[in-house]
Amino acid sequence: MSDKNNLIVYCEFEDGKVADVSLELLTKGRVLATKLGVKLEALIVGDKLDNIENQVFPYGVDVVYKVADARLYPYTSNPHAAVLINLFKEIEPQICLMGATCIGRDLGPRVSSCLHSGLTADCTSLEIGDHKDPKTGKEYQNLLYQIRPAFGGNIVATIVNPDCRPQMATVREGVMKKEIFAADYKGEVVNLDASKYVSDADFVVEIIDRHIEKSKVNIKNSPIIVAGGYGVGSKENFDLLFDLANTLGGEVGASRAAVDAGFVEHDRQIGQTGVTVRPKLYIACGISGQIQHIAGMQESSIVISINNDPNAPINTIADYVITGNMEDIVPKLIKYYKKNSK
Amino acid sequence: MSLNIIVLAKQVPDTRNVGKDAMKEDGTINRAALPAIFNPEDLNALEQALRLKDANPGSTITLLTMGLPRASEIIREAMYRGADTGVVLTDRVLGGADTLATSYSLAQAVKKFGNYDIILGGRQAIDGDTAQVGPQIAEKLGLPQVTYAEEILELKDGYVVVKRRLESGVETVKCPLPCVVTVNGSAAECRPRNAKLIQKYKYAVSPSEVEKLDDAQKALVEARPYLKLQEWNAAYVEADLNQVGLAGSPTKVKAIENVVFTAKESRRLENNDEQIEELIQELIANHTIG
Repeated sequence: MSDKNNLIVYCEFEDGKVADVSLELLTKGRVLATKLGVKLEALIVGDKLDNIENQVFPYGVDVVYKVADARLYPYTSNPHAAVLINLFKEIEPQICLMGATCIGRDLGPRVSSCLHSGLTADCTSLEIGDHKDPKTGKEYQNLLYQIRPAFGGNIVATIVNPDCRPQMATVREGVMKKEIFAADYKGEVVNLDASKYVSDADFVVEIIDRHIEKSKVNIKNSPIIVAGGYGVGSKENFDLLFDLANTLGGEVGASRAAVDAGFVEHDRQIGQTGVTVRPKLYIACGISGQIQHIAGMQESSIVISINNDPNAPINTIADYVITGNMEDIVPKLIKYYKKNSK
Repeated sequence: MSLNIIVLAKQVPDTRNVGKDAMKEDGTINRAALPAIFNPEDLNALEQALRLKDANPGSTITLLTMGLPRASEIIREAMYRGADTGVVLTDRVLGGADTLATSYSLAQAVKKFGNYDIILGGRQAIDGDTAQVGPQIAEKLGLPQVTYAEEILELKDGYVVVKRRLESGVETVKCPLPCVVTVNGSAAECRPRNAKLIQKYKYAVSPSEVEKLDDAQKALVEARPYLKLQEWNAAYVEADLNQVGLAGSPTKVKAIENVVFTAKESRRLENNDEQIEELIQELIANHTIG
C-alpha cells in the first residue's frame, strides 16, 4: 500500500438529495485527506445521478465516482456491496467512511468481510496518528484512529487497523459537523459502467414495498431541547414536556430508558444509540444521566437539570440544577416564560 | 414443510445498567460484577424462529453461540422457550476476536451443519453494538442478508418475505432461502419460558457441564439424547488459525479509556417561584430563549 492511496466516502441519498450523514463524513474526510496529503473521493451508487456531484463538491471532494443503474436504487445489500468490493480492488482506498445508518451498517460489514479489512462501527471521533505494535514492535505511520464507545458506552476504545486496507469506519448522523469547505470547489467526475461492477446474480433481494417518511421530528437542528428520562414516569407527563417545548419553540427529546418504557417514539432518542445534539439550551427532566445519554448532549451550551435526586449524575455537567418534581417545576417554567417574554 | 433453523445468539454482560460497583477504582470494568444475559435482540430473533416453527410443524431450531463454555446457559434458556438443541463454539484460540474473526469462526461452524434453511440472529449485541457479525457471516457463506428485520411475514416456495424497520420508514423485501436475517429490537418480544419445557430440559448439558451432575442426573442425560448439548472447538469446525481470535482480527485495540466528562460548576436552584422566574429572566436576557 502506498501512502498516496485516497480516502473515499460512500454517499447515501434519498429523493435525489445526498444524506446529511454523508456530507458530515465528507467534511471530516476533507480534514483527514488534507492531513494525509491525499485526495478526498466520493462514491455515489444509485439511479438518476445527473448533477449530483454538485451537491458534494462544496465539501472539498476531488473525485466523484458515479455508478448508475435503475436497479441500484433503492439500496439493496448485494449489488451495492459488489460495487464497493470490485471498485476497491481497483482503486485501493486507504480509508473508507460510511454512515452508521441502516444502509451503512448493512453494507460495511459485507464489504469488510469480503476484502478482509477491519471495520469499526459507530465511531464518535476519527483522527490520524501513529501506532507501534506492542508485540512485534513494528511501527506504523498515519493510521486512522477509530475512536468509539464500547461496553455499553462505559469506556472509549481507540481502534486501529494496522495491516488491512481499506481502514473502514461508520459514523452516526450528527456526530460529525457538516461544513462547506469551499462553495466553488470543483473536482473530477468519473462515470463507471455499472455492469462491470455488479452482475445480474447480485440482484437477489426484491423490494416489494417501501414507505419512507421524512422524520417529522427534527431534534438534531433544534436550538432548544426539552428532554425527558425514565423519571418523567409516564406518557401523560411527557405532555408537560411537549407544552414546555412548544412554549419555548423547541423540540422534545428523550433518554433511551424513556423510549424503552414507551413514553415517546424512538426518533426522539438522544445519546449513543440515538441522535447527538448540540442545542443552545438543554432542559433535562427526570434524566439520571447515564454515560450513553451524556455522550449525546454534552456539547449543549446550557444545561438545566430537573431531578428529584440531588445527586443525579447529570447534575455534574449541568449549569443549573433544580431539585424537585418535574410536574411542579415544568409548569412554573411555562408560566414565567409567558409572563416575561413579550 | 419442516425447516432447519439456526439461531445465532450471544451471552453478553448486561451493559445497560452498569452500576458503580461494576467499575473498578482504576476505571476499568469489573466484568464479574455484571450479570451474563441472553443478548436482548437475539431473543427477538428466537421469537421469529419459534413462529416459523409453529407455522411449520416438524421444524427444528438449533442455537449456535460462540463464547465461554458457560454460554450453554443461553442454549437452555432458548430450549425453555421452544428451541430444540444447541452448540457452543468454544476454544481458547477463538478469544479476543473482532467481528471479522468472530464471523469467520461462526461461519465455519454453520458449514458443519450442512443443511439449513434460514439463519436468524439479533441485529447486534449490547456489549459491542456493532451489528456486523450477521452480514459478515452472510458474506462468508455466500448468502443474501436481510438486516433490521421486524417481522417475517411469509416463508414459502424457497423465499422469505420480511418487513424491515429502517430509521425513516419500513421496507418489505423478498429474499431467496437460505439467507441470514438479523432481527431488530422493535420486533415481537420473545415468549416466556414454558414450565413443561423447563422440566424437560433443565438437565440439558454440554460435555463440560456433565461432570457437575450427580450420578442419577448423569444416567438421565445418558438415557435422553436430547439433553446432550454440543461443544465444538476450532479444530472441529476446521478453522484456519490465522483467521481466528486476536491474531486473526484486522482491527486492534490501541487504547481503552474510561469515560470522564468535565464537570461544570452548577448553580443549585430551589424549587420556588422566585428562583425559577429569575432563571427564566436570565435566559431571556442572554438570548438563550425568547
